[in-house]
Amino acid sequence: MRFCMVLILMLVLLGGCRKSEENSSAAAPGPESLEPVKGDTLLMGSIGDASNLLPVLASDASSSDINGLVYNGLVRYDKELKFEGELAESWEISEDNLTFTFHLRKGVKWHDGAPFTSADVLFTYELLIDPKTPTAYAERYLQVASAEAPDPYTFVVRYEKPLASALISWGFAVHPRHLLEGVEITQSPLSRSPVGTGPYRFAQWLPGEKVVLESNPDYFEGEPNLRRIVYRIIPDESTMFLELKAGGLDYMGLSPLQFDRMSDSESFRKKFNKYRYPAFAYTYLGYNLRNPLFEDRRVRQALGHAIDKQELIEGVLLGLGQEATGPYKPGTWSHNPDVKRYAFDPVKAKALLAEAGWVDTDDDGLLDKDGRPFAFTIVTNQGNDQRIKTGEIIQIRLKDIGIEVKLRVIEWASFLKEFINPGNFEATILGWTVPIDPDGYNVWHSSKTGPGELNFVGFANAEVDELLEKGRRSLDLEQRRAYYYRFQEILAEEQPYNFLYVPETLPVVSSRFRGIEVAPAGIMHNLIDWYVPLGLQKYAR
Amino acid sequence: MLRFLIRRLLMMIPLMLGITLISFVVIHLAPGEPTDMQTQLNPETGVELRERLRAQYDLDKPLLVQYGSWLGRLVQLDFGKSFSQDHRPVGEKVLERLPITIGINLLSIAVILLVSVPIGILSATKQNSGFDRLTTVFVFIGFATPSFWLALLLMDVLGVRLGVLPISGIKSMGHEYLGPLEQWLDTLRHLILPVFVSAFGGVAGFSRYMRSNMLEVVRQDYILTARAKGLGERAVIYRHALRNALLPVITILGLSVPGLIGGSVIFETIFAIPGMGKLFYDGVMMRDYPLIMGILVIGAFLTLVGNLLADLGYALADPRIRNA
Repeated sequence: MRFCMVLILMLVLLGGCRKSEENSSAAAPGPESLEPVKGDTLLMGSIGDASNLLPVLASDASSSDINGLVYNGLVRYDKELKFEGELAESWEISEDNLTFTFHLRKGVKWHDGAPFTSADVLFTYELLIDPKTPTAYAERYLQVASAEAPDPYTFVVRYEKPLASALISWGFAVHPRHLLEGVEITQSPLSRSPVGTGPYRFAQWLPGEKVVLESNPDYFEGEPNLRRIVYRIIPDESTMFLELKAGGLDYMGLSPLQFDRMSDSESFRKKFNKYRYPAFAYTYLGYNLRNPLFEDRRVRQALGHAIDKQELIEGVLLGLGQEATGPYKPGTWSHNPDVKRYAFDPVKAKALLAEAGWVDTDDDGLLDKDGRPFAFTIVTNQGNDQRIKTGEIIQIRLKDIGIEVKLRVIEWASFLKEFINPGNFEATILGWTVPIDPDGYNVWHSSKTGPGELNFVGFANAEVDELLEKGRRSLDLEQRRAYYYRFQEILAEEQPYNFLYVPETLPVVSSRFRGIEVAPAGIMHNLIDWYVPLGLQKYAR
Repeated sequence: MLRFLIRRLLMMIPLMLGITLISFVVIHLAPGEPTDMQTQLNPETGVELRERLRAQYDLDKPLLVQYGSWLGRLVQLDFGKSFSQDHRPVGEKVLERLPITIGINLLSIAVILLVSVPIGILSATKQNSGFDRLTTVFVFIGFATPSFWLALLLMDVLGVRLGVLPISGIKSMGHEYLGPLEQWLDTLRHLILPVFVSAFGGVAGFSRYMRSNMLEVVRQDYILTARAKGLGERAVIYRHALRNALLPVITILGLSVPGLIGGSVIFETIFAIPGMGKLFYDGVMMRDYPLIMGILVIGAFLTLVGNLLADLGYALADPRIRNA
């Protein structure tokens, strides 16, 4: 009886509670409702047009952004940059780390309604390794010893040697077999109107103008809230910013100048939300280690002390960045925060140079050794103002300690062909994007110093070679962390590059969009959960 | 006349061959290759893969062999497939972009002529007047104004602050939901700024040209004759002087025929207009040989045709040339 009373009381309370909730939502209708609702369009600014919407053929950023919404891989990185299943519900890795078994989601459909099965995955793999496919992604898949699809929802791959980046390589977009089999891949109409399994379906592409995507009502994680996503192609940064202010765009990536100086008004802050977080990239000054000038480690360390990274960050990025100490992004598991740092200290720089034999003997203001003054040229590519400005600041700082630096800016294709690939340079300012998997074999291993290979500075260190080989063959996170921590210590000591700075990604989104969540992966990881409250929706159709 | 025409047309064949051969060689001399965009500085590609890609584009064959097979396709009017990642036929890519470029260029030539011919005449007939001085100042401003700066300024004032004109592109969002007339108006509104900016510098130059032509013509003996026989000033200027002063316009129009398909990169980039200039520029940056060659061939052909048309037009308009 008593129990009954309590139950009734609880029911009344609960009922009352629900009722008051209804009341409060009725009292504050429309815009303030925090219920995610469907509808509205997100207009995104894109500097370049997409080139090809078949992921296997595309390697540009615009195409990848769009393909990322249209297609799915078997696995992906979640917002914390940990592995999670996408088209694969789960996976197992054998004891010897050589066999990967993926268990696929059931009931997933391609945008045209056909069922997704393991045959599609196998087909994608075969497409990637087919010598007739002009793809830039074949390398990783050529290391697969065998791949098979024993049943429609299981996919098994075997490797001959363990490969740390094997798992994420299966995050590559799965292509639809039923539409591509037997077709010459470069001639497939899918490169202009893709069919995937992802949260958004392709709707329209007006070349040079826009690409339109529409939400996929059958998406296996549920239909996204935003009905439509439009990529507007606006090749000029200033125009894009004007379009944003005029309401013609809802999203763009800002430059430091736009972020810091041009978007500071009250009205801008009301209409837009700005975000900032470190980019997966760094800019460096790389020395050609084959050049006698940079042979001596003390010289490279001296240059480390002579360049003020904080000044670069203030001058080039307007403070929107942080010092780089190695090739990994600060805050990620592979990044070692405790490596040797080179504080700005011209006196120490001069002392180190003197130790290495560089002193100003003839009082001309320039250091010299064996009658040769310390002078070199930094090359960088045209079209990247940040790199050019960085070069100019470095020029001034090195002049202060008696080193003459010339700066040469060259068009990209010639820059690579004439200077970087043949190793025909003294120093260069360039940047790398940082992959989430820390395998740096292709950039730092001494076997990769040939013409056209990525270790173009000619860095060769036996211990680093061993660490890199071990690191890419181990699947144990803690073990890998130890290898890469040591690797970063050596790089910091040896200074083959002066790791300069990690810039910040500076996206801005119209304030009518809700549900945006900043995470280590950025803000786009939960795009399907973004929404616009009913009263604020701008585009009815 | 007909023999002259045929001779000129036949002359175009070796000329075109020469142009294409030289262009082909020069383009391939520039360092870098189309495959570089995909493979250079990409940690995921190795040397073997790079060679595989080169072979797919026939880049491993001798240059003359490549030229031969390109020429073989060209005579069948096949411009080949783009080497960029989309692998689309060059003809298709060009055709897609031609209408907007030609449209803007025609409009801006029309605006230039409509505005600068009257300005030129007035400032010539009223030489050293207040109006003449004013237009001189305007011309210098017109010459000195960088078009990208003017464009951004107008976009900020008219697009962002006043909100009366669209900023970029050629269609609004939701263009496809509008009625046919509204669609036209929408596109027209989008074209106002680009056409104004692209005509701005042209008006300055062309009105100056018109003025000096006119000044030269009014000093001719036949103008003196016209005045001597008692014709009114209007008839002298508009019937006798103007016709002669307009003659060089034919040359200009002839020369602008190839210009019709060429857009300006800066201009198209700023206004986000998918035109020929940007297509060509991106093609060059990516070393997309078939695309570059395709546009060059069309450009060269139109230049030759334009010259021919100008010569013919001249001969028709000017008896002195016809009889010479």
